[in-house]
Amino acid sequence: MPALVLELRNIAKEYYGNRVLKGVSLQVRPGTIHALVGENGAGKSTLMNVLFGMGVIRDTGGYQGDIVLEGKVVRFDSPDDAMQAGIGMVHQEFMLIPGFAVAENIKLNREPTKKTFLSRVFGKKLEQVDRDRCGSDARASLDLVGLSVDEWAPVAGMPVGHMQFIEIAREVDKQNVRLLIFDEPTAVLTESEATQLLQVMKVLAGKGLGILFITHRLDEVLEVADDITVLRDGEVVGQLDPKQTTVARIAELMVGRAAAIGHPGLRAGAKTGTPALEVRDLSVRMPGERVESVSFELRKGEILGLAGLAGHGKIGIANGLMGLFPARGEVLKDGRPLALNDPRAAIHSRLAFVSEDRRGVGILPDESIELNIALTAIEAQGRFLRPGPLEPLRLLDGRHVRRHALEMIQALDIRCTGPKQHVRRLSGGNQQKVCLARAMTLEPDTLMVSEPTRGIDVGAKERVLDLLRQLNRDRGLSLLVTSSELAELRSICDRIAVVYHGKIQAILAPDASDVEFGLAMSGESQGAKP
Amino acid sequence: MTEVTSATRPTPGGEPVPWSVAVREWVAEIGIPRLLILLFLVALLVTAVITRMDLASLLTDSLARAGRNGILVLALLPAVQGGIGLNFGLPLGIVCGLVGCVIALNAGITGWAWLAAACGIAVALAVPVGLAYGWLLNRTRGQEMMVGTYLGFAIVSGMSIFWLAAPFTNPTLVWAIGGKGLRTTLTLSGAFDKLLDRFGAFKIFGVTIPTGTLLAFAIACALVGLFFRTRIGIAISAARSNPRFARAAGISDALTRVQATVLTTVLAAIGIVVFSQSYGFVQLYTAPLLMAFPAVACLLIGGASVTRATLTHVIVGTFLFQSILTVALPVTSQVVQGDISETARLIIQNGMILYALTRRGDKA
Repeated sequence: MPALVLELRNIAKEYYGNRVLKGVSLQVRPGTIHALVGENGAGKSTLMNVLFGMGVIRDTGGYQGDIVLEGKVVRFDSPDDAMQAGIGMVHQEFMLIPGFAVAENIKLNREPTKKTFLSRVFGKKLEQVDRDRCGSDARASLDLVGLSVDEWAPVAGMPVGHMQFIEIAREVDKQNVRLLIFDEPTAVLTESEATQLLQVMKVLAGKGLGILFITHRLDEVLEVADDITVLRDGEVVGQLDPKQTTVARIAELMVGRAAAIGHPGLRAGAKTGTPALEVRDLSVRMPGERVESVSFELRKGEILGLAGLAGHGKIGIANGLMGLFPARGEVLKDGRPLALNDPRAAIHSRLAFVSEDRRGVGILPDESIELNIALTAIEAQGRFLRPGPLEPLRLLDGRHVRRHALEMIQALDIRCTGPKQHVRRLSGGNQQKVCLARAMTLEPDTLMVSEPTRGIDVGAKERVLDLLRQLNRDRGLSLLVTSSELAELRSICDRIAVVYHGKIQAILAPDASDVEFGLAMSGESQGAKP
Repeated sequence: MTEVTSATRPTPGGEPVPWSVAVREWVAEIGIPRLLILLFLVALLVTAVITRMDLASLLTDSLARAGRNGILVLALLPAVQGGIGLNFGLPLGIVCGLVGCVIALNAGITGWAWLAAACGIAVALAVPVGLAYGWLLNRTRGQEMMVGTYLGFAIVSGMSIFWLAAPFTNPTLVWAIGGKGLRTTLTLSGAFDKLLDRFGAFKIFGVTIPTGTLLAFAIACALVGLFFRTRIGIAISAARSNPRFARAAGISDALTRVQATVLTTVLAAIGIVVFSQSYGFVQLYTAPLLMAFPAVACLLIGGASVTRATLTHVIVGTFLFQSILTVALPVTSQVVQGDISETARLIIQNGMILYALTRRGDKA
């Protein structure tokens, strides 16, 4: 047996001049579990795409560096090649056919077959599937992963936990598998299922497989990993031995940034002000970002940040308040109850929202800048319309829309060829400004902004953040800013609430230490609420 | 509106483009199929001139046909703008219009009063029908075009029974023998045949301009254009363009889709009344069965896609497609023995629909 199952040597990757991987090296020994941890956007997915020969990598100019599988340099052209070479992948999303039985799913396209009369004449493709061996093979794999379901039961309707284990059983069943990759497998599992999964991983490693384990949950890492690699901004920032490290140390490496924190200092008003928004026991059913009973206050004139790792629900809070996803709970806006699940009510109570999903929710890409800016005000507030007897049939006041758009273009410094330009043609940063302009047009007193700088280049990031500060300072807006980038929250917020598992884990001051933030994000701390 | 220059700033793509690129973009903008059809029409007209055909009468017929079909094509616009795609359920509105025509005829109303009565009854019927159709389309999201097609077929067949069984008594309408059931084709003879066509009609270079019908088409276009600049119209377009954006602005896309469906159905009902008066006949039974297809072809030839259509598409498409239909028959029979114009029509019409469906989602 070779000394290493997998070695990555100086893997680098650029997307359109943006370096997302800057020379990543790591080694997976056979019979061990290697944990790969990092924040969102640290480069984990890109690394996996490189490893699996995904088309997106080739289409964007390939990668530099070497992938060495069992001593041989390999370069995969497709995921198929990677699988042939003995890499198994347990996906975050299940790749199972619901109408097929468990055994059929496990053996799909690798079914053991028997010779028949037809196959003797027409070749191997017409051999008959050997159902008995199919079943027994599947049974063996299922037993290995500790799942006791009937191998002939259909997959449809099974709990997600079962599906996850079936997925693993399928990978294990492949005879040539040398390396198994688990991409955040515990994200959808319950506590006990996750524990069971970790057990299975140990058993599999014991059989001599190499395992690459990608996760956010640091406690799991310490429990099962033999080696730990921490990735941040496309670089390996630490290779740790789990026996000699702590969750706090990993968290610090994950989050920590050298960048200076341009914290403006707490303003007296923000500290003691009356609440603009009081949220009690808010639950939001947003797929992938569930919020489970969150309570907090947004004070008048303050900037409150919402931080946390992907999938923990920070995104769901603003979406729920705005009525875009089903929400339950009690919300007071300026002391008056706010009707949930009704975007119009939210807008009427002078709440405005800039969505994290800019292309999906934020803009009408094939409409003009001026219409994008005015549209919500037209529909929800009946503004920018000429006088007329029938309210819904009043005509658009084109001149007013134009004048307002020009003001906004000037005020927010939107770089465009004019107010008639289609928003699709703008850069990400300028699209974001159009979104902000639309929200500002509603004349809100409370603004919720999610992922304000996602997909924006570095220079524009600073301008958008400046704009938020300016709105807060000059117009006295209360801001609820949700972001995956802790550094940017720390640079503009008065307080930062860290969301973990759909709940608020801690509310921290922006100058709290990296360790405190790291611990709160991985659910390890019970931070004091200032 | 004037272009504002004060806010104009250079953009990365702002520098002048070489003319070869400009031509390529222009062709892409017009679309190769549309260019071919345009060339085909030009070729037909050139042939007509060479073979010394009566160009004036060809143009007269083209204009009459375009005006006649215009509002039916326009009826598709709200459907596309509202996000339910090409409304193959046009026959739903058409039968409403036909019922309006027949009731007004049966009551013995003639002239302008007949036109007004027919339109009034047509609209009154089309609104509830449109509401029901919209409700159905909301329950079958993503399959609107197929649902519309089959619903149209079913309604036309159902109405065939109605035409036979309904208690119309006017002897000019029912079968002469037996005295029950409407005839397949009702003649609008005398005072109100081509009522709009003849209104203000005049001749120029030997071409008769059907002023009234063209005017009706123009007014309908203008009203629909204005409607899409009202709050309700903007909401309909926004919900089609990005339903999630619309929801965030407090717009219910279920509601805007129903509104769009009602409008398309009402326009179809009015469209068939205008069509009938211009044609001079009210065609019943299976006549509306395939009426959606040429209308859809017109809109697509005009440059619309399944997800986006403008008034320009409606107008250009109507005149282009109807001209081909009018010119192709006499010209081809002049050049080749036999009639290939019907074949050409079917190839162009259905080919165009097929082409548009393959392009679905390109611009979404």
